[in-house]
Amino acid sequence: MMFVPGNNPGMMADAHIYGPDSIMLDLEDSVTMAEKDAARLLVYNALKSIDYGDTEMVVRINPLSTPYGKKDVEAVVKAGVDVIRMPKTETADEVRELEAEIIKVETELGCVGRTRIMAAIESALGIVNAFEIASASDRMMGIALGAEDYSANLKTQRTPGGAELLLARETIVVAARAAGIACFDTVYSNLDDMETFRKEVELIKTLGFDGKSIINPRQIEVVNEVFAPSQKDIDKALRIIAAIKEAQAKGSGVIAVNGKMVDRPVVIRAERTVALAIASGILDKEEAL
Amino acid sequence: MEIKNAMAGTLESGDILIQVEPGKGLQVDLQSSVSAQFGRQIKAVITDTLKGLGVENASIKATDKGALDCTIRARVTAAVVRATGKDVWKD
Repeated sequence: MMFVPGNNPGMMADAHIYGPDSIMLDLEDSVTMAEKDAARLLVYNALKSIDYGDTEMVVRINPLSTPYGKKDVEAVVKAGVDVIRMPKTETADEVRELEAEIIKVETELGCVGRTRIMAAIESALGIVNAFEIASASDRMMGIALGAEDYSANLKTQRTPGGAELLLARETIVVAARAAGIACFDTVYSNLDDMETFRKEVELIKTLGFDGKSIINPRQIEVVNEVFAPSQKDIDKALRIIAAIKEAQAKGSGVIAVNGKMVDRPVVIRAERTVALAIASGILDKEEAL
Repeated sequence: MEIKNAMAGTLESGDILIQVEPGKGLQVDLQSSVSAQFGRQIKAVITDTLKGLGVENASIKATDKGALDCTIRARVTAAVVRATGKDVWKD
């Protein structure tokens, strides 16, 4: 998910060219108070006019407690955004309040249920309430960590190893999985240190995250390289899926591939490997079927 | 509709700076490095957006830096909102 300032039309027009899985147009922290009205109009017109293809379009709105939040919701729902990202989420009630605002606009437009919600968790209270937030609405598609505010709230600072974020990251992954939704890691803002960035992406992949937030197209390649499965893993996953399909046709639930037992968790991992290979562009969808 | 002086946009690449002043009829003064090829279209987008907002009398100075039509519409709308106090989301 690539962050793009909502008041920069040049970046907004070009962002999808670099092939991120999703683009988050930002109306919150990257836009000054004096430009909130103009950024909202820019984002609205961009979403209505620019062909972003298959790229998932997300808009980070201002908190509903500010004078801008509700107007942001109205504008981006009218523009047909895929996902609204709510910043600084601390309770499930805040998610339900956003949902009520979305429903108001969707009812007016006759498209109730179209807009999904992602909640950014950026405080200790948000982490404590992570599962309640993740399961607050059927519209919830994911939760994400906002590490800068979270570190400040913990009264610590970010370090290259990320020890200060470990509990938050693990809590977010567990809460997302328990709620059956996706989870996304925070941004890494030092563009001159790609080595530490790569290590951070490797860490969050191991922890179970579905993806990483990025702030520059240069970071896309590293995320795709780390998240893309190896050819060996893809071949193995395809063999497992083929074998289980054959076994199911014969009415058998448990099989062996290369002498190892294959049961339900192994099949789920194989399916995830194939899905990641397709998403990374390594495997053709037709080939996988 | 009463119009005050107002502006929106920037001079960054891909953007357009729109300055609105009171005037008689719609007058658009456009500066753009691509005006030979796209000047007529840029002016048309500006005047169509103004008419859509109910603005019939205004003087516009537009400094274009390669903005897309959607950016021009957004910047003209923002400038008019600032010049008139109109609530575009209620229409």
